[in-house]
Order: sequence, then structure tokens, then C-alpha cells
Amino acid sequence: MKNQMLKKNQKSSKKGFIFLGLVIIITVLILVLIPEKSSLIMQTSFNYFIQMVMIFPAVLILMGLFAVWTSKEFVMTHLGESSGLKGIIISFILGALPTGPIFVAFPMAQALHKKGASYTNIVIFLSAWACIKIPQELVEMQFMGAKFMLVRLGLTIIFITIMGMIINKLLETKKAVTSE
Amino acid sequence: MKNIIFINGFVAIILIISFIKDKKKTVKSVMIAIKSLGKIAPAIISVILLIGIMYGLFTDKIALFFGQENGAIGFITIAIFGSVIHMPALLAFPLAGSFLSEGASMSSVAAFITTLTMIGIVTLPLEIKTLGKKFAIYRNVFSLVIALIIATLIGVIL
Repeated sequence: MKNQMLKKNQKSSKKGFIFLGLVIIITVLILVLIPEKSSLIMQTSFNYFIQMVMIFPAVLILMGLFAVWTSKEFVMTHLGESSGLKGIIISFILGALPTGPIFVAFPMAQALHKKGASYTNIVIFLSAWACIKIPQELVEMQFMGAKFMLVRLGLTIIFITIMGMIINKLLETKKAVTSE
Repeated sequence: MKNIIFINGFVAIILIISFIKDKKKTVKSVMIAIKSLGKIAPAIISVILLIGIMYGLFTDKIALFFGQENGAIGFITIAIFGSVIHMPALLAFPLAGSFLSEGASMSSVAAFITTLTMIGIVTLPLEIKTLGKKFAIYRNVFSLVIALIIATLIGVIL
């Protein structure tokens, strides 16, 4: 059983490297074929890379500490299946806090899910992180107007919650079927 | 920059507290951190390269899409566009604001912002790696649907 899991792990990390290889080949091709775009492409990737290097180690250590110190029961009662409205509100707040780019959120969501957070709350956490971050809302207000910002915020909160519940239903029923 | 200092400072303090409380647990959590870095590093580097490519190839074409808005097709083109490209919100809002002042409709701007932030075709490899294929596909497809609904409603309300 353990051996099987190990094999599966190795297989999936192999896939990751194959994908990375493909992406590198494509990048090189584009840089060679469209040289006038190459400086913008490299500049953008470089900026994200720097941001990543400066934030990611801290995020990973935070996840490590989270994995070691928080109990499954704690996460389950606050963010699990039966956490209800409280879980939804916590997820929105966690996601909206001013933190980093979205790719930081995925490993965090994974850590939360491993500890027993429900899919509903994971979806809410990720979506809130993506589109209703607090500093982002302030910039939106400045450039789009307060009315636009407030209407979009309200609609987004409503629909993200509905989406979380639907995805939870879909994934949970599947889990129940396969475990039978 | 402020965010970076805040996050690193915050984690450093927690790490120190954890170390004082329990050395063994702290070492274990750092080991977990190193292990997970090894696991997701290829996906992250892929995503960073993809972001650069999409941004570099398509940014100057955004204005074109907003220029020739022809009903539903223009609307959906903008939504697809927002899904494919990845851009920090701090850049996206000034850009979207300039489209508005040039006469783009509220709903098309809303579609652009919502798909841009919520849907990540380029971050998909990382999302699949961390949360699974099914979850990633469900979340992105549903996000597209609700982005279109939100955008349409904004057009109606405002």
C-alpha cells in the first residue's frame, strides 16, 4: 500500500517535470520566433519569479507549522462540513486578507483540505483570495468607482458561496459513491 | 513590498515562538516545508513561464477586443481573454478603468475583471497538482459561469 503510494507520488512528480520541460521548450520557441516580445515576456516572468522567491519560503514554512501544530479537530470544527455560516465567514476573511499572488493560495488550500476543511470553504477561500482581496478592492474603488466596486463585491460574495456549495455537493457525492 | 516584509516578519515571529515551545516539532515543520517545495517547484516554474508568455503575447491586444464589442460574441471573447491572461489586480484596474472612459460597457469591463482574477488557465497546472484534477476543472468552469452571470447583472444594475 505504502509502496503503491510512493510509486504514485513518483509518477506524478515525473509528470510535473515533463510538463515543465514542455513549457520550457514552448517558451524558448516563442522567444526565438517572436523576438520583439521576448523582453516583455522575460520581464514579466522574472518579476513573478522574484515575488515568488521572496514570499514562498515564508508561506511554505507557515504551512509546515500549520501541519504540525493545528489539530484536525480544530480545522474540522471551524472549516469542516458542519461549520456552516461560521466556516463560510472565516473562509472569506482568510481569503481576503492582504497576502500574496494566487499561486500561494493553492498549497495553502491543500493544507486546509488535508486537515479537514470542506470543499465549500476551500472554494470560498480561493475565490475570495482571487477576486475580493482588501487592497484590491481599494484600487478597484479608485479606478472604477465605489458603486461598481460595491455591486461587484456583493454579487461576488453571493455567487462564490453558491458555487462553493455546488462544487462541494458534486465532489462529496462522488466520494461517497467510490467509497461504497 | 510592504506585503513581503509583513509576511516574512510574521512567519519569522511564529517560527521563533514555535522553536521556543518545541524544537522537534519546529524542525519537523521546516522539513515538511522543504519537502513540499520539492513537490510543487516544477508546477510553479511552469506557471511563472506561462504567465510571462500569455502576458507578453496578448496584453497589447486587449484594447482591440474592447474596441470591437459586438454583443454576445464580444462579451464572451473578453471573458475568454480574461481567463487566459494573468495580471496583477493593481495593473488590471487602471487598465479596465481606461476602457470604461473610452466607452466600453460596464458589463464587459466586469466580465474582464472577474474572469481575470477568478479563472486561471495558466495556474491550472499548480491547481491540479495541489487540489486535484476534478476540483480544478469544476472550480474554473463554475467560475466562468458565475463571472458571466455577475457581469450581466452588473450591466443590468448599473
